[in-house]
Amino acid sequence: MEEIRLIEVKENILSDNKSKANELRDRLRSTGTFMLNLMSSPGSGKTSLILRTIEALKDELCLGVIEADIESIVDSEKVASRGVKVVQLRTGGFCHLDATMVSEGLNVLGPQDLDLVIIENVGNLVCPAEFDTGAIKNAMILSIPEGDDKPLKYPLMFTVCDVLVVNKIDAMGVFDFDLRAFEKRVRALNQNIDIFMTSCKTGEGINSWVNWIRNELKAFSTLA
Amino acid sequence: MHELPIVKSIFDICVKHATANNAKKILSVTLKVGEVSDLQDQWIQRYFDYLSKGTIVEGAKLVIKRVPLVMRCKLCSESFQVNVNERRQVECPRCKGTKLAYVSGREYIVENLEIV
Repeated sequence: MEEIRLIEVKENILSDNKSKANELRDRLRSTGTFMLNLMSSPGSGKTSLILRTIEALKDELCLGVIEADIESIVDSEKVASRGVKVVQLRTGGFCHLDATMVSEGLNVLGPQDLDLVIIENVGNLVCPAEFDTGAIKNAMILSIPEGDDKPLKYPLMFTVCDVLVVNKIDAMGVFDFDLRAFEKRVRALNQNIDIFMTSCKTGEGINSWVNWIRNELKAFSTLA
Repeated sequence: MHELPIVKSIFDICVKHATANNAKKILSVTLKVGEVSDLQDQWIQRYFDYLSKGTIVEGAKLVIKRVPLVMRCKLCSESFQVNVNERRQVECPRCKGTKLAYVSGREYIVENLEIV
């Protein structure tokens, strides 16, 4: 009878991605490129917010966008039409981006010439929260029609983000969205998260959001 | 769906350690997974079986130990266990503080392998 041996491993399953993400952040610091990972469910306005952000910042910053979609390229066509550098990653069924995929996208964009790169992650409130993309900051959108109960259903996403954009506030009157209850639920998970209210349709609140990016960029370039 | 890349990572770790220890076969793999993770045990085993076919890992049983969610109050340093399903109204049981830090519950660790 063969002897059964027990080997102690104690290895973190996600450490491979985590170390790749850390390498990527080092690289971004060396090129002075601020990368923002934008996450949300499908249809909450990621592409619209990116287009609004490009519009506001394209004269003062060099921008790049990494688009992730399971199949189509419609988003990258929209973004490219605004004259910024864009790379489309088709995840081929994967529900999230990881640091390796983002790193490849960044190679195509050429980060040395860029001040700001926005990642449009796959529309999904679950899996992207588990995978560090190597971004400097994580942002999420929650749109009014999705409901104020989402922090209860997808707590990890609200926990890992540095900033939350509440979009489609122009539709507030149509939906029973309890903003106070929502904010309380978010704060219970993440005390320090910055929250902005926007409507990509009317443009309301976009200035405050864009100023947040400007300030983060300033803080980042002082540190880098 | 994100079980697959995670399971691939578990598989790679198993192969690496089994090879380094001259194993002929892996009998079981013990994982420590935090309760906050939404990974489903049955899916992990199914993907794992799929990936390990034809390798020294084939047939290994996954033993998944769940690690409870424990938080620590940043005000009074009290540590306490939290029911994952009641995470929305978490406050410190001692001082009622709401500034909390994770102590455990987000682990994804390959703890050990049983090999022959």
